[in-house]
Amino acid sequence: MSYRLATGGRLIDRSRPLDFTFNGKTLRGFAGDTLAAALLGAGQTLVGRSFKYHRPRGIVASGAEEPNALVGMGEGQRFEPNQRTTTTELFSGLKAVSQNHWPSLDFDIGAVNAKLWRFFPAGFYYKMFIHPRSFWKHVYEPIVRQSAGLGKAPDAETRDADRYEQFYAHCDVLVAGGGIAGLTAARAAAAEGKRVIVIEQAAHWGGRAVVDGAEVEGQPAAGWVEAVLGDLHANPAVTVLNRTMAAGVHDHGYVLAYQRVADHEPGADKPRHRLWRVRAGHVIAATGAIERPLSFAGNDLPGVMLAAAVRDYVVNWAVSPGKRVVVVTNNDDAYRTALALHAAGVAVPVIIDARTEPRGALVEQARAAGLRVADGMAVRSVKGGKAVTGVELCRFDSDGGAVAETIACDAVAMSGGWSPVVHLWSHCGGKLLWDEAGAFFRPDPSRPPLGRDGQGFVTCTGAANGDLGDTDAAPMMPVWMMPAKADYLLRAKMWLDPQNDVKVSDVQLAAKEGYASVEHTKRYTTLGMATDQGKLSNINGLAILSDALGQPIPQTGTTTFRPPYTPISLGAIAGEARGPIFQPLRRTPMHAWHEANGAHWEPVGQWRRPYCYPRDGESHGHAVSREITQVRGSVGLLDASTLGKLLVTGPDAAKFLDMLYTNMMSTLKPGKCRYGLMCNENGFLSDDGVVARLDDQTFLCHTTSGGADRIHAWMEDWLQCEWWDWKVHVVNLTEEYAQIAVVGPNARKVLEKLGGDIDLSKEAFPFMDWREGRLGKFRARVFRISFSGELSYEIAVPASEGQAFWDALMQAGAEFGMMPYGTEALHVMRAEKGFIMIGDETDGTVIPQDLGLDWAVSKKKPDFLGKRGMERPAMTSADRWKLVGLETLDGSVLADGALAPLPGKNVNGQQETQGRVTSTYFSPTLGRGIAMGLVHRGPERMGEVIAFQTESGGRVEARIVDPCFYDKAGEKQNV
Amino acid sequence: MSEAVSALNGAHFAGLVDLAEAGLKGMVTLRGDLSSPALAAAVKAATGAAVPAVRRIEAGASGQAAWMSPDELLLITPYARAGAVVEILRRELAGEFATAADVSDARALFKIRGPQARDVLAKICPVDFTGFAVGELRRTRAAQVAAALWRESEDEWRLVCFRSVAQYVWDLLATVSAPGGEVGFYHR
Amino acid sequence: MLLLTCPCCGVTAEETEFANGGEAHLKRFGPGSSDADYEAYMFNRKNPRGVHFERWRHAYGCGKWFLMARDTMTLEVYGAYPAQTTEPPAEIVAKIKARRPEWEGYK
Ligand SMILES: [Zn+2]
Repeated sequence: MSYRLATGGRLIDRSRPLDFTFNGKTLRGFAGDTLAAALLGAGQTLVGRSFKYHRPRGIVASGAEEPNALVGMGEGQRFEPNQRTTTTELFSGLKAVSQNHWPSLDFDIGAVNAKLWRFFPAGFYYKMFIHPRSFWKHVYEPIVRQSAGLGKAPDAETRDADRYEQFYAHCDVLVAGGGIAGLTAARAAAAEGKRVIVIEQAAHWGGRAVVDGAEVEGQPAAGWVEAVLGDLHANPAVTVLNRTMAAGVHDHGYVLAYQRVADHEPGADKPRHRLWRVRAGHVIAATGAIERPLSFAGNDLPGVMLAAAVRDYVVNWAVSPGKRVVVVTNNDDAYRTALALHAAGVAVPVIIDARTEPRGALVEQARAAGLRVADGMAVRSVKGGKAVTGVELCRFDSDGGAVAETIACDAVAMSGGWSPVVHLWSHCGGKLLWDEAGAFFRPDPSRPPLGRDGQGFVTCTGAANGDLGDTDAAPMMPVWMMPAKADYLLRAKMWLDPQNDVKVSDVQLAAKEGYASVEHTKRYTTLGMATDQGKLSNINGLAILSDALGQPIPQTGTTTFRPPYTPISLGAIAGEARGPIFQPLRRTPMHAWHEANGAHWEPVGQWRRPYCYPRDGESHGHAVSREITQVRGSVGLLDASTLGKLLVTGPDAAKFLDMLYTNMMSTLKPGKCRYGLMCNENGFLSDDGVVARLDDQTFLCHTTSGGADRIHAWMEDWLQCEWWDWKVHVVNLTEEYAQIAVVGPNARKVLEKLGGDIDLSKEAFPFMDWREGRLGKFRARVFRISFSGELSYEIAVPASEGQAFWDALMQAGAEFGMMPYGTEALHVMRAEKGFIMIGDETDGTVIPQDLGLDWAVSKKKPDFLGKRGMERPAMTSADRWKLVGLETLDGSVLADGALAPLPGKNVNGQQETQGRVTSTYFSPTLGRGIAMGLVHRGPERMGEVIAFQTESGGRVEARIVDPCFYDKAGEKQNV
Repeated sequence: MSEAVSALNGAHFAGLVDLAEAGLKGMVTLRGDLSSPALAAAVKAATGAAVPAVRRIEAGASGQAAWMSPDELLLITPYARAGAVVEILRRELAGEFATAADVSDARALFKIRGPQARDVLAKICPVDFTGFAVGELRRTRAAQVAAALWRESEDEWRLVCFRSVAQYVWDLLATVSAPGGEVGFYHR
Repeated sequence: MLLLTCPCCGVTAEETEFANGGEAHLKRFGPGSSDADYEAYMFNRKNPRGVHFERWRHAYGCGKWFLMARDTMTLEVYGAYPAQTTEPPAEIVAKIKARRPEWEGYK
């Protein structure tokens, strides 16, 4: 059983004990502990269960590569599953719970899966799906669902109580990794005057060297690290960040770095995580190397750990994984662990070395210390259940049939060699070389990831570059399986990926079943698909695959290294964008008034427009009817500020608008308005609106609410990229004005009450004219246009005066029952008049002629955008669907988007149809449902009755009628 | 006129930086040939400022002139003067291909003050603030909306956005300048 | 995410400040054009694995369009030039040739 040593621990402060709970049990650790160190120190070797078989799992590693020791942390709004104990800094009151077990960690029913391992081979899920569905659904799925899933999702009703943010940083050199290699690189870059950011994922600096007591430049590593860090901190051009992990390297030097600002001090009034969005001229990956496990039977038992991790726990946190620790290795580095354990007073009964007669300095040191070295030997099998009780030894070069010796122990420290962390090199396309001597992939310096100048922008240094630094070590011997010729029963107990329960036998089975690609094998077996993304398992797995396929490892290749290096929080990805600033909300100058007056909002792009203003107890439908009745009967007002307002001006403005609109705009007289249509080059309708000619060279183009930015960009595109010699300026004045529509038979009376210098009489200010002047004390531009069929004025005033003007109108209109109306009333009234709405009657495939707008398409102009498109045979065909009005025979309201089916199938084998509803409303004016739709040869079929689908799947009959349902002669608007 | 109010009516907030909505400001868009002597004379007449170099803002006796685009300036004046500035520009540039438009009401202007201003702005703007000089201007985005910002003095910054998103930008700035969010990248 | 330099205002900014506008140097065919020319203008687009000429707009910056030569495979940017250009400038072509001797040239 693991325990805390009486002395030592370079990172812990024994004067500051910290209490925490694990599965409700209170345990004690020290300041400076990781949660993993504290658990081990408290004797908690068993920390979870595996994903598939629910096998007991202990801590394997001491850092980001940990596959097993994941826990649920916190509670309520701060609960988070799958937190890595090895990278979690202990704090007082930390609450952790283990995962993947039911009902308890020690007694788990799902562990029965492990007994049935023969029935869960590689590709189990895929194979099961092939069987009869009913069998899957009723027999297997309930069992699998109960036991599957990594960790527990937070309760859907909770909300993350923490805050998060992002930060855009720029530098010449970003150094990822705060070990000796990284600090050396940072120091060199800083000395050249570069702007440097150096980041380290852990809380502490120095990497392996400070643990192993190495010397750097003639001084102890710890002192060297402190001195260099001091210099870097003092340099204003250098930013030094610990607890910050380089999550991904992306195109053109874009690096995402994940800073855990306050994870270690919960309750602090700080952002919990900060996502650094760094643009680096060059990236130096000093990300070190990760030790590989050895594949021997029972290597997944709690107590079997990586050798260097054991050393970390002993040296950094004064924690030993056991009282008697067996070391098993194929290289010299693990001897450091044996020596460290020995120095700490922990028994090391044997060092099992797969190599025959190893002769390195460390080997000699171990022998000199009196440690037994069993060379040419292997771990045949680890004995134990929830904890290690011993190991069986056999000859390495055997099938494991003969047990040479059994040695009692309570922990095993294993080392299968080291793999450089090449993730940051590989994320953006850097290629790898297979290093025969080290048996690992390392960066191929001739094939780096390329930046925007076509040059490599990532360099790996130190262990990440394959430089493991052990110059006087004996050569390591690649060992992918132990013993070398292990029989099937042993292979079926050798774990490659302990989190996902993938074993040597699974990969071998996949190869036998024809999986030759490493990417396919990964998905088939789930090797390396766990939260650790195969940091420990990938190389071992693909070595097994290569062997099974009878090909060299480099030919098999690696799976793709994808960001993030370790998981990052969704909160950091969202940053500040949550709650009220999740996305921008555009507000008109009268937004606050609408809100205060009970507006029910309708999103229109990023704008919010009042849909209607329901009064106490009123339904939305009733509110809309009330608003329409008021407008048609007296007067109402609408906030139309969201309409786009583009100033188009210059000597060539008229010529330009003749190209942009389908109708002729150059003939419009100053002082007049004209409704215009814009199409794309396909001839499809894109936007519409009223154009007012302000003077000879100046037009004000109104666009739809959603179209202002798009049409502005469209105009600039043509002016900059096609007709760049035309003298035209476009200025977007959309937000300069509050625009208010005053609509209804009493509209003129309301405006006249305001006073001012504009003659509003019918004769002086006819329909489709505009005037500029004063209305009361307000500077106003008044457009006499109507989207409702009523007497109507749209008035633009400076946005800053919008609310005051609105108030003035409400006051002036009080005697006429003035009330605001919303977008739904607007829509119903325009539909009563048969006016089209972009986005309702159009869907990107509709030409003006489909909507009976031939009158707005110039036949005189030689060219305009969309003219060529409209000339195509499909556009001029008589068989197009065209706009008509629709009246249900029973007066009901048609379903929006309802199709009119026909017998038979079309060429695609779908139900044949002859029409579609594009707008449909209850008209309070007519007391019945009205609709518009596109119907095959519609205008030729006036009076015909056709059937439409209803929402419940039935049919309703509707008569094809003229789309104008109200005041076709236009007498009401022209008064 | 007395009833004119800016988007946020001069709001204030103190956090890692001091935030203030600047209230009503005169702003005039001027488009034309920025190299023409006539335009330079017009800008001088309207604001007293010289035509700014690329991505610079120049101050004059009665206003500022900010470079927005290769053929566009933004002139900033007291709110009440905007109409007069438009008149001056139109008069001075009669016969030239140039456009002056009052956009005072279409914008909101924020003042961001304090030594941590760059550390706050860099949370929402993908801008390299190293070497960003006083008098320099950058159009960019503030989180999800367009913005222009410039360095008014060592510790004073200005940010302009569209009026409709003034509340969004305000909430954004207040959120990222909440105490506890010190970054220390620019300001140590 | 790309890092681009706008030739119109000199700003170097990340891709989120720009908007891509598809293939550069398209020739517009309007009324009276043949079906083949119209089809080419509207619908036929190059999709090279390698050197590509594109339209970009500095949407969150100066608002101007510009053209750019870029490698769709390596993402190398060979250079940007004004939108008011009907074919790639000689110096950009020369730079691409120097970097990619095997490139078959424009069109
Ligand atoms: Zn630009």
